[in-house]
Amino acid sequence: MEIIDELPGKTILLLGNEAITRGAIEAGVDVATTYPGTPSSEIADTFSAMAKYLKKKKEKPPFYFEYSTNEKVALEVAAAASFCGLRALTCMKHVGLNVASDAFMTYLYVGCKGGHIIVSADDPSCHSSQNEQDNRYFALFGSAPMLEPSTPQEAKEMTRLGFELSEELKLPVLLRTTTRLNHARGPIELRQSLKSKGKGHFDKDPMLVTVPAVARAQHPLLLRKMEKAEKISEKSPFNEIIELGKQSNAGIVTSGVSFNYVKEAIDDLNINAKILKLGMTHPIPRKMCENFIKSCKEIVIVEELDPLLENQFKTIIYDMKSNVKIYGKSTGHFSRLYEYNPDIVTEALSKIFKVKNPLQKPIQPKLKLPSRPPALCPGCPHRATYYAVKKAAPKDTIYPTDIGCYTLGKAPPYEVADLLLCMGSNAGTACGLSVSTDQKIISFMGDSTFFHAGIPPIVDAVHHNHDLVITVLDNRTTAMTGHQPHPGTEFDGMGRPAKSIKVEDILKGCGVEHIEIVDPNNIKKTTEAFKRALAFKGPAVVVSKSPCILLENRDKRIAGMDIPVYYIDQEKCRQCKTCIDRFACPAIYYAEDGSIHIDETQCNGCGNCADICPFEAISKKGAKK
Amino acid sequence: MKDKTNIVLTGVGGQGVITAANILGKAAVNAKANVYASEVHGMAQRGGSVSCTVRMGDVSGSLVATGTADAILSTEPIEALRYIQYANKQTKVITDINPVIPFTVAALGEEYPSLEIVYKEIELHAKLHKINALKIANESGAAITRNIVMLGALAAADILPFKTEILLNTILDNIPAKYKEINKKAFKGGFKAIK
Repeated sequence: MEIIDELPGKTILLLGNEAITRGAIEAGVDVATTYPGTPSSEIADTFSAMAKYLKKKKEKPPFYFEYSTNEKVALEVAAAASFCGLRALTCMKHVGLNVASDAFMTYLYVGCKGGHIIVSADDPSCHSSQNEQDNRYFALFGSAPMLEPSTPQEAKEMTRLGFELSEELKLPVLLRTTTRLNHARGPIELRQSLKSKGKGHFDKDPMLVTVPAVARAQHPLLLRKMEKAEKISEKSPFNEIIELGKQSNAGIVTSGVSFNYVKEAIDDLNINAKILKLGMTHPIPRKMCENFIKSCKEIVIVEELDPLLENQFKTIIYDMKSNVKIYGKSTGHFSRLYEYNPDIVTEALSKIFKVKNPLQKPIQPKLKLPSRPPALCPGCPHRATYYAVKKAAPKDTIYPTDIGCYTLGKAPPYEVADLLLCMGSNAGTACGLSVSTDQKIISFMGDSTFFHAGIPPIVDAVHHNHDLVITVLDNRTTAMTGHQPHPGTEFDGMGRPAKSIKVEDILKGCGVEHIEIVDPNNIKKTTEAFKRALAFKGPAVVVSKSPCILLENRDKRIAGMDIPVYYIDQEKCRQCKTCIDRFACPAIYYAEDGSIHIDETQCNGCGNCADICPFEAISKKGAKK
Repeated sequence: MKDKTNIVLTGVGGQGVITAANILGKAAVNAKANVYASEVHGMAQRGGSVSCTVRMGDVSGSLVATGTADAILSTEPIEALRYIQYANKQTKVITDINPVIPFTVAALGEEYPSLEIVYKEIELHAKLHKINALKIANESGAAITRNIVMLGALAAADILPFKTEILLNTILDNIPAKYKEINKKAFKGGFKAIK
């Protein structure tokens, strides 16, 4: 495993996320926690892979790592490690920080002891998310020092040095990243790793108990820490001025991945400008910014999403009574929407600097291409559950859904996703719908989501006797983010045996009186179970249990077992299209003559199409090559 | 303009596009070239259209500007056309000729165009090289080596700023011993198909 085995001094190619993990290892991190979420997942997955790799070699990992139940728990676990003097890292996707925010906001009052890096992986353009919130606000909101890397190498160094910054300020540091950093690969120069401590000691301190009197005393301390942070920011190696071309009084202020686009655009446009590249973006170095403003006649601010730097610069300019012209979002040159790219930045700078944009206008194919959106995999057990639900439920049924692969049930022909806010919202909104309409309600959440945020709304449903059906799609893993374990699995993130908590046991404990446990691959029995659940007056929960087909087939491959493939007997097929129009497995397709076939390279061998075919035209054909 | 090599790799989730991009990036590091690559993860991976970029030389970010790709390497013909915005007249578009019909054609009545028309349109904008990568992969011993066939074809296109052996050796360094022969065959098959 090159990320831990290669020697210091060597340069290797790493994903931005892997670079963050490597930075933490080089800093001697003791405790790392997470709840998986794209685009942050590989930070934690790399800790997990390292722990398992070392376990195999019979070596003790230098850290403790866990996939926590949710982001709030993850932050609390790591904060406690910091209170014991250990170095800790917590990583999550941007919306995860919403879940952890209750802990986050007061943690900043209390402050940390051992260095603590909190990674927020933002997702401009919502590549894999339900919103594109700008988490830099959290640094301003809670008063957290913030670092923003532009490249994987910088991500590693900011993580490594961020621990020192955190310890100097006694504050957790927010490492704010975006998808194009998390999922970019770049060369990483390895350094010697510090030895981790292993165990620390919790020294009791009444100031750790945030009763009102303590909170009132801590708030001014926090503000003072931020004054110190600003002084550090003035001298931070991550804030620098880069002059490109001839000396110029045009300035560009930028941070994060936008810096990369700015740098290349300046080259391509052949313009002269100096760049203030901010890596420590909260607090910004006010004096450095003032001096930069003084040296410029006009300043362009290039930042993705909200105008945080732009507004802060305007405040400074107002205080300085300067008349420097600011170009950015407020002048309409840049958008508050979606991620930037070289084209967007080059076009905007060409307009501001009044030079010709050398990039060609994008070619649009004249041909209309069929769309290729993500879809439930062939053999996915969720498809079988959805097929059964549609058979059982009346037409006007409402389907609140949740965060996971099963959101893909939104697509036709299933159309079983009507409402989605956040983790756990399926059951919470189902409760609200049950008191607001007489329509039937069947909601869906995954097993990992159930543990994360699904239990409190079920308690609400039981306590108030809401009439609804909640489905737990238990595929034994956190599938969408890359098959991480969760409290229901038999192993933990370090590969150690773990107590597996059964969904149905929790449901019983919550007082759910109608629980159906089904294997969705038996579509007939699953349909009947949903019919009974719908008929029950009060909260009913269907636990639809079948492992993710990708995991099941992986295990089969490892065990040397065959994965079957299915075929359609053209003699028997009457082209009723049930398998295509209603079941819609991506492996089933029309040939040019209109006959229906199964693509063997895509078939994952679940056999559900054989069950739903009314003419028994589909059968097993032997093993996949 | 400075010395840059921009490669766009496209295809369908599950075809090994990300793996190919990763290997190409590692080869660049082995050749002591500066490199940045971008990938897609998460929801976009579930059978959807996938695109990755690998940029080498005097570059500072991982995304490719429109019209600046030196090569578009596609494991599926219509995916090559879908990302044609990255091409210019000099761009080499290397695509596998085996279509993967998206479910939207069967389930939603969308149309998969005739490949003749797809190729014609690509040729309007760039230099097209067709390759039966799936066949070469199968002949080498495993359909899954299709992405390695494509890398072989890329190596033959005189675009990469380093020697072919570096790419081949990087591939062999990154796979288990028992699959080395198959992958070597696949790479050489792809190379010959273009040269």
